[in-house]
Amino acid sequence: MSTAIYERIRNNPKFDILVAKRSRFAWTLTAIVLGIYFAFIMIVAFNPKLLATPIFAGGTASIAWPIGAGMILLFWLMTGIYIRRANSEFDDINAEIVKEAVE
Amino acid sequence: MNRGILKFAVAALALGWMGLAVAAPDVGQAEKQGLNIHAIVMFFIFVMATLGITYWAAKRTKTASDYYTAGGGITGTQNGLAIAGDYMSAATLLGLTSMTYFQGFDGYIYCICFYVGWPFIMFIMAERLRNLGKFTFADITSYRLDQRQVRTVAAIGSLTVVVFYLIAQMVGAGQLIKLLFGLDYWIAVVIVGVLMVVYVTFGGMIATTWVQIIKACLLLGGGTLVMLLAFSQFGFNFETLAIKAVENSKKGIALMAPGAFLSDPVTAISLSLGLMFGTAGLPHILMRFFTVPNAKEARKSVFVATLCVGFFFTVVAIMGLAAVTIVGTNPQYFEGGVVGTKLLGGNNMPAMHLAHAVGGNMMLGFLSAVAFATILAVVSGLALAGASAISHDLYANVIRRGQATEAEEVRVSKRSSLFLGVLAVLLGIAFEKQNVAFMVGLAFGVAASCNFPVLILSMYWKGLTTRGAIWGSIAGLVSAVLIVVLSKAVWVTVLGNEKALFPYEQPALFSMPLAFFMAWLGSVTDSSVRATKEKEAFEDQYVRAQTGFGAAGAAAH
Repeated sequence: MSTAIYERIRNNPKFDILVAKRSRFAWTLTAIVLGIYFAFIMIVAFNPKLLATPIFAGGTASIAWPIGAGMILLFWLMTGIYIRRANSEFDDINAEIVKEAVE
Repeated sequence: MNRGILKFAVAALALGWMGLAVAAPDVGQAEKQGLNIHAIVMFFIFVMATLGITYWAAKRTKTASDYYTAGGGITGTQNGLAIAGDYMSAATLLGLTSMTYFQGFDGYIYCICFYVGWPFIMFIMAERLRNLGKFTFADITSYRLDQRQVRTVAAIGSLTVVVFYLIAQMVGAGQLIKLLFGLDYWIAVVIVGVLMVVYVTFGGMIATTWVQIIKACLLLGGGTLVMLLAFSQFGFNFETLAIKAVENSKKGIALMAPGAFLSDPVTAISLSLGLMFGTAGLPHILMRFFTVPNAKEARKSVFVATLCVGFFFTVVAIMGLAAVTIVGTNPQYFEGGVVGTKLLGGNNMPAMHLAHAVGGNMMLGFLSAVAFATILAVVSGLALAGASAISHDLYANVIRRGQATEAEEVRVSKRSSLFLGVLAVLLGIAFEKQNVAFMVGLAFGVAASCNFPVLILSMYWKGLTTRGAIWGSIAGLVSAVLIVVLSKAVWVTVLGNEKALFPYEQPALFSMPLAFFMAWLGSVTDSSVRATKEKEAFEDQYVRAQTGFGAAGAAAH
């Protein structure tokens, strides 16, 4: 029974659009997070001195700390960007597709 | 009947506490720290409140779904706090503060590695987990594959992670409580074990969730308060904090940059992979995704959890840096009262000494009680995940082939949690004198190598077959455990051999690719009729994963 409904959902052109849009969005965000994170890990592993640069010339506190905190904040904001779109735009299309298939 | 047992347990516990109150002064003198009355009173209040919640939850736990996943009725925000409560252990508070205290920025790198799994879970996993899962993550990996085989290996993977994680928590709990509360090691371990079993057996997921929520709020609030009080001594100026820390640390300016601890690139990369993908393979964390009603709430929970975890790690890093000056220059926190010798109570104590320095005995007592509550919340989540793997995967679907009734399944789960509780107490006592630091690493390594690859492939790759899933899981499990056993952490430190047989302690860089490769190899060479059917079944699974149509919980409520 549900296989028939799954079939109908799958044949709805909107389904492909939804999946393509959501996947592209999710993978783009993932690529940004992984890119920044592994770039950071590479610096830690191969050029740790770079992170010891002081924030102010002649100061003590290094740029490592604000970079770390900035990464944490940025990644959290990105999860926020994702749910903003996923919980409204994507979920609305999703609900439409399911409704059309059940009718 | 259950309620009778609960009343009995409460009474037994109260009696135990009175016994402790009488027996304790003696113990207190034997320890470096005396009996900490503030901590005990505050912890007692926490225990009473959570037992009250357990009593309330027990009355609401009627079906298997109530027991495993709180009936899918937890909101996104509640679940986000509970996930944070599940994820932030006492090791986070004490261990990472201590690491920043001694190593400076290396501690914060560790925090970032622990954190970065969360955005990944949000983008790639959260909605599919919710749409496909029911009670355990094996529901997803076995969705279109052979139930008995896939669930068996998934349960072995889950239980391995749970047991190693439990041992690490139990030993940590025993030592911490011995130190903070002035109680005997074994008494502490038994109290943790008994409370864990009571929460999980009687209150199931509802009680576990609320214990975790309360603990998350206490930990966030307590940590933030201590951090603010400490930071105020530097006028809330990070530069001043840094200057003072560099002045007062043995490491000096090295505090400000990545240090020797991550100087080996292979270890750095392997550790960061293991922590990131291990998070996405921890059974007790994955289980939390099934407690919310739909994908929308699942996403919200990750958003809230990510905020809490990221914020708390930053609080911990500031605490560590502030402790360098506030604790590190105060002779009262050193053995024999000489600055620069061994810290009183050991290397994990900077957070606790800092609490005492900025807020006196009251604050120390509060933070000690929070640390105890933290351990309880984490072990409860672990015990529930372990018990579910035994009852839902092994018993109901492997042994009874899906023919067990809900009542039978829940009964087995309750017995399993009792069994895990006894096991955890015994192992906790057996490992008292051992160095268990490698066990959390091992738990993450197994989660990243045995659970995660097969889970992600089952959701994303049509070509995965039963054979591939089995090969992948076993390859990941065996290689991760072998690497850790042959590395310095176990082979030299624990087993006392001369030289490590494997040069790296972090398995993920090696074991994770191997698991993916074996899962791929086992699948593409599988030309059986069953494999063809399994690939065909991906279509329906794919639609459900994307739309949530037919997802568990949505229909029942």
